[in-house]
Amino acid sequence: MELLRNPRINFIGNRKYMYFVSTALVLLSIIVLIVKGGPNYGVDFRGGLLLQIKTIPALKIEEVRSALSSKGYKAEVQTFGEAGMFILRFRSEEIKPEGILEVLKSAYPERDISILRTEMVGPSIGRKLTLQAITLILIGMILMLIYIWFRFDFKFGVSSMIALFHDTIIALGIYTLLGKEFSVPTVAAILTLIGYSINDSIVVADRVREKLRAFGKVIPRNKIEEIFNTGVNETLSRTIITSLTTLFPLVAILIFARGTTIFDFALILTIGVIVGTYSSIGVVASIVTDWYKASFKKEKA
Amino acid sequence: MLRSVFYRVLVVLFVLGISLWTLWPTFRYYSLTAEEKLNLSSEYVSNLKKRALNLGLDLQGGMYMVLEVDKSKLSQEEAKGAEERALEIIRNRIDQWGVSEPVIQKTEEGRIILQLPGVLERERAEELIGKTALLEFKLVADQKTLEQTIKNIDDVLQKTWKGDTTKTYLTDILVSFRGGIGISSSKVHIFKEIINLPEVQAVIPPGYEFLFGKAEDTPEGKIKPVYLVKKDPELTGATLKTARHTIYQGQDPAYAGKPIVEIHFDKKGATKFAFVTGANIGKQLAIVLDSVVQSAPVIEERIPTGDAIIRGNFTIDEAKELAIILRAGALPAPIKIVEERTVGATLGKDSIEKGMKAFVVGLIIVVMFMVIYYKLAGLIADLALILNAIFILAVMVALRATLTLPGIAGLILTVGMAVDANVLIFERIREELRAGKSPKSAVDAGFAKATITIFDANLTTLIAALVLLRFGVGPIKGFGTVLSIGILSNFFTAIFVSKIIFDYLVNVKRVEKLSI
Repeated sequence: MELLRNPRINFIGNRKYMYFVSTALVLLSIIVLIVKGGPNYGVDFRGGLLLQIKTIPALKIEEVRSALSSKGYKAEVQTFGEAGMFILRFRSEEIKPEGILEVLKSAYPERDISILRTEMVGPSIGRKLTLQAITLILIGMILMLIYIWFRFDFKFGVSSMIALFHDTIIALGIYTLLGKEFSVPTVAAILTLIGYSINDSIVVADRVREKLRAFGKVIPRNKIEEIFNTGVNETLSRTIITSLTTLFPLVAILIFARGTTIFDFALILTIGVIVGTYSSIGVVASIVTDWYKASFKKEKA
Repeated sequence: MLRSVFYRVLVVLFVLGISLWTLWPTFRYYSLTAEEKLNLSSEYVSNLKKRALNLGLDLQGGMYMVLEVDKSKLSQEEAKGAEERALEIIRNRIDQWGVSEPVIQKTEEGRIILQLPGVLERERAEELIGKTALLEFKLVADQKTLEQTIKNIDDVLQKTWKGDTTKTYLTDILVSFRGGIGISSSKVHIFKEIINLPEVQAVIPPGYEFLFGKAEDTPEGKIKPVYLVKKDPELTGATLKTARHTIYQGQDPAYAGKPIVEIHFDKKGATKFAFVTGANIGKQLAIVLDSVVQSAPVIEERIPTGDAIIRGNFTIDEAKELAIILRAGALPAPIKIVEERTVGATLGKDSIEKGMKAFVVGLIIVVMFMVIYYKLAGLIADLALILNAIFILAVMVALRATLTLPGIAGLILTVGMAVDANVLIFERIREELRAGKSPKSAVDAGFAKATITIFDANLTTLIAALVLLRFGVGPIKGFGTVLSIGILSNFFTAIFVSKIIFDYLVNVKRVEKLSI
């Protein structure tokens, strides 16, 4: 079976539209992030207390909220996974989980309420984790830039970096728009996404380089768009199949692992795989094409 | 060619055999029901557990804590080594609590990481860690009184139970240990139950109590010494000024060159110490930290100056540890919990079930997709994929790595990425076939051209995974571990294993048409 036999889609010729879509998505994501005041930092970075509770028979979210606010507790309440499961977030790490459980139990004595998970992070650890997360992503990015630069050329290196920012910002924008929490696992997901996105770009870059090498030292200037487009098309089938085989298990997590901490993780990766697949063509291949064209013009002048 | 294929198959079978052998205890341990575990010998089960895959706290349930020592009330001199002292205090208390397989580590930044598998009593753990260390010096009752008391207790028990031999008596569980009396760690709770009976309390000499020492490893398992000590301490850590380990340089040739601990009391302590030592020559004075006897040296003479040495058959490390404990009691610093994560056992189990379900479903979909899309070649990729999953888990067991929930996510993600290498190869082979090449040259060219790409592409993901492994925290490290192992194993299965089968098809069977 074959999805695409010898595809001849004019991606590079239509790169203007892809630039437009990418710019629009990045801008929209930035707007989302500005309006929401940055990513929805969880207790890992902000410090505080998180509780995952289960209520049987299921309480409504308003019931949980009103019980807590009637006792003067300021909490963010979110449903989590299945009915009756909630995540409660408190800004102060000094609140005791047992106290919260007591408040809920006395408000709804006929329900069976239990704490499944607690996370308490003090301010000093929050600062440490924030610093660690930023270092983590920066080190990851720099190492990959160095590798691509060394392995391919500066043009591919820089374009891949732009694609990385593009992918990360869009994934983060959509993730934040969905009201999801930015925590330590999110950082791991972003780093994985960066690795994945680069992986895709490399496969395309590799093929284009092979095409360019076939011409030796004299690259036909008028054919540069065509060369890139052929490269993209020849790898298109692989790009789509790999994205699909990566997406299948991720979607399996989204369906079967609701109510666990890896759901959010899979969500950001799902968005990332889709955006990353697109950006290897729409961002990397397109920018490098224009860069080559610009360098030819310079030589002429 | 047949010979080369044969040898390579042997290599794969060898690796697979070792992997399955490594995974066997894991499979056996986690498929045991609670009932079966009771029926098997505990030694067999614990040995099995030791060789099985470790589960992270997020999967088996338990508490993870990061502790910080509050040094604000200590002078700069006193603050030195405060973390080391806190570590000993925590270790002492956790040991007393009887948590199985706790992990206690000091971090580079001087914090203490505490992992307590299976512990969910948050409040109790907090209380245990939050309380201030208490160091006391207590007089030990002589051997005769101890033996007489134990005899009296058993006599009382005889009376209450009317000679019922099915009940446990103290003499049934006590053993002689290092010139005194000891008890196996696992039987301490029985001892405590007996001691707390009101009838038994009545025959313990008034003003005395039973205390345990630190557990020591012996061929018969962990043994704790048992002491009968005076409830009221003679002195407390507050009067102790310093303690340090050193080498004996005194007159007694029996101790020449041996490690000892020097202690020094303040003025008030020295007066008291002179009195206590003077009145109790020949008796043992127990050094008790948070109700655990750390050492019970014999008072040899009256010590008027407040400068004393503790001699014994210490190793350097033991002397060092005792000195740290003494200092810990002398300069207690409050310990704060700065991070705490608790996962209930039911949630952990639920996470495993959901994660495994997602893994299996994801695997089945990918396997089916590959067969439908690439036919026989897809089946080869599937074989590589399944081998990959086995290898990853086996390497995790061999490296004693811990599987966490993000680790399961990593495993699921690897499924998708593992076939990528094969997809790259297959697409290349298809191209070569389309260009009119024979199956043999198409396979050779496909593998040759795709290998470089696979290498490049995997390397960047490996960089991300290694960064996570090096700088990640807690469960995230587990994700980095699985991902790194996955990429390496993927390389082996995609390039080495798949190639064997293709070589067999085009070189040995000489197929004229590839099913791809």
